[in-house]
Amino acid sequence: MTSFKTFLGAVSGLALTFGAVSAQAEVLFWSTQAQPVEETQKMRDEVVAGFEPGVDYQAPETGPWLTRAQAELSAGSGAVGILGGLHGDLTAVRGGLSDLGDIDISAIPADLAAFGKLETDQQKYIPWMQATFLMVANKKALDYLPEGADLNALSYDQLIEWSRAMAEGEGSPKFGFPAGPKGLKHRFFQGFLLPSYSGSTVTEFRSAEAEEAWGKFRDLWQYTNPASTNYNFMQEQLVNDEVWLTFDHIARISEAFNSRPDDFVAFPVPSGPKGRGFMTVVAGMGVPETAPDKDEAKALIEYMLKPETQIATLRATNFYPVVAVDLPEDVPASVKASGPAIEAMTSAEDALPVLLPMGMGDLNGQFNQVYVDTFEQIVLAGRDIRPTLEQQAEALRALMNQAEAPCWLPDAPSQGACPVN
Amino acid sequence: MPRYLPYLLLLPATVFLIIFFLYPFTQVAIESVTSNGEWSLANFQKATSHWKFGEAFKNTMLLAALVVPIQLVMSLTMATVVQKLQKGRSAILYIFAIPLGISDLAAGLIWLSIFEQSGFLNSMLVGLGLIEQPILYLSYQSPWIILFAIVLAEVWRATAIMMVIIVAGLGLIPREYGEAAEVFGATRWQRFYKVTLPMLRPSLQTALILRVILAFEVFAVVIALGGTQMPVLMSETFNWQFNLQDRGVAAAYAMVILAVSVLFTLIILRALHVPKEART
Repeated sequence: MTSFKTFLGAVSGLALTFGAVSAQAEVLFWSTQAQPVEETQKMRDEVVAGFEPGVDYQAPETGPWLTRAQAELSAGSGAVGILGGLHGDLTAVRGGLSDLGDIDISAIPADLAAFGKLETDQQKYIPWMQATFLMVANKKALDYLPEGADLNALSYDQLIEWSRAMAEGEGSPKFGFPAGPKGLKHRFFQGFLLPSYSGSTVTEFRSAEAEEAWGKFRDLWQYTNPASTNYNFMQEQLVNDEVWLTFDHIARISEAFNSRPDDFVAFPVPSGPKGRGFMTVVAGMGVPETAPDKDEAKALIEYMLKPETQIATLRATNFYPVVAVDLPEDVPASVKASGPAIEAMTSAEDALPVLLPMGMGDLNGQFNQVYVDTFEQIVLAGRDIRPTLEQQAEALRALMNQAEAPCWLPDAPSQGACPVN
Repeated sequence: MPRYLPYLLLLPATVFLIIFFLYPFTQVAIESVTSNGEWSLANFQKATSHWKFGEAFKNTMLLAALVVPIQLVMSLTMATVVQKLQKGRSAILYIFAIPLGISDLAAGLIWLSIFEQSGFLNSMLVGLGLIEQPILYLSYQSPWIILFAIVLAEVWRATAIMMVIIVAGLGLIPREYGEAAEVFGATRWQRFYKVTLPMLRPSLQTALILRVILAFEVFAVVIALGGTQMPVLMSETFNWQFNLQDRGVAAAYAMVILAVSVLFTLIILRALHVPKEART
């Protein structure tokens, strides 16, 4: 009996020791990115596995991510070593992020690195990876491409014409749009449609040009698969042939290229009267003030910025490196397909780069909701465009004033809160 | 038996309720009537002035109004059938109760796999040659089908909980009343309507209160089948809390659900009032 007790004691002692060791060494990487299970697993096995002290990579949904981050910060102690997230996610916790100015980020382009300052004079986060949105077409859709249209210089009118021809030719709409609960529809309005027509995301929200843009989108919607309100990741509908032509985040179309490399083409987003609006998405890594071991967290950030880690991240998540790397020959088909399209889009003569919302803090969700509400009322509920824009402009103005967020590109810089004309 | 023993036995449950129910509840209640650290009704104003509030409120009420009566009639019928069975009574009871063991989200997903565009219903209809192409049922263009699917899933999932309570209640009614009525020549229907139903009041009360409150909290089934196309009070609460990150407005929504639940509980208590003398 006694020997059994000793044995038990020894076992629990051992367990305690191991528990303590692993708790001390592993860095908890609390991230909103790579949420799909396969991507999370790839992040663990192929990206962070090489970091010696060990990494516990967790990818919760944005809501729980923020709740825990805020809880740890307000409690003054925590287990999270690194907060990973989109620019907007990190903005919501910027007050609790420590200065990372001592990390060498000379390899990151200066304008990209500047995002990480979050409108302070400290380096609040370090850019981690970046992405954008593209158009994708099944090669079967190319037969319906309007005469004279250039895939690399498409206009919204041509896109509508193309979708119409396809809907009529095939008997059912083949254009798909990620308007599902987790779809990135709001990014399309903020970063593509509205800037292309009005040259603005916020200031010209209720302008005549914005009115025209929504009218165009309503036209396009006639030739859009009505199941679009259930579409979240367009790669699913591309792969099962439900949709032949669509728009989405490059990480959400990659499966289409990787599973059927010869069947799809990627190309730049369309342009409107004010240019070819497109949005760049930046994800970053920050270290909360409450991190158990800040030096180790910083070491992990440095590890994440190594070219080979950045390439592994690209393979895992389809987000592009933030440092210059030489892409190996065997990159996934999705990277081969999106690379030239991104190049064509960003270097287009009428390119109109749009930034992710900045300075909205925890009002980010409500900011996005303004655009989603506008879409749901105008396009789904069929309400009149003008009164809907007037009413949503009020909501938008209230949010901008509450956040006191100055304008960001493409809106002209403002003193104080970005105005809604 | 020491005098304090009953209190001691109640203690764990009381502590549990205080920590995990009363404390968070008080916090939510306070949160709903404060904004920027001051007492105010701004959260309620923000919640009710959003264009989806009316729709969410309407949908929740409509769902409750459709689901609960159907379930009441079905559970009464099922309970009576079970009660009358000589053989295999518990087997049938278990089979009826199977959906109870399935989480509401899983139930929603089961019905989604039926109604989806690539779901079982479409593949069956296509297989039978009744339709040529899969039909899109759960579309924003046909909110009535979404509503119908949700009602169906809710009825399938949660009728059994009412049935179980009513079966227990039926077992408590002494046979003599029914037999006496029979002697006086009452028909089956009269016996059910004039004897069983009134005697069932306490059980009906419990079953209805439970079911109506659950109906106001409907969430996972709606999300699974309707996505964001069928807002209900609970899904809007979730939306404000997690997507729009405004806890005050989410708390205000929670208070609205509470108010509606309390109101309907009082109505049911009053309507199915059991006089003190009649309580056994």
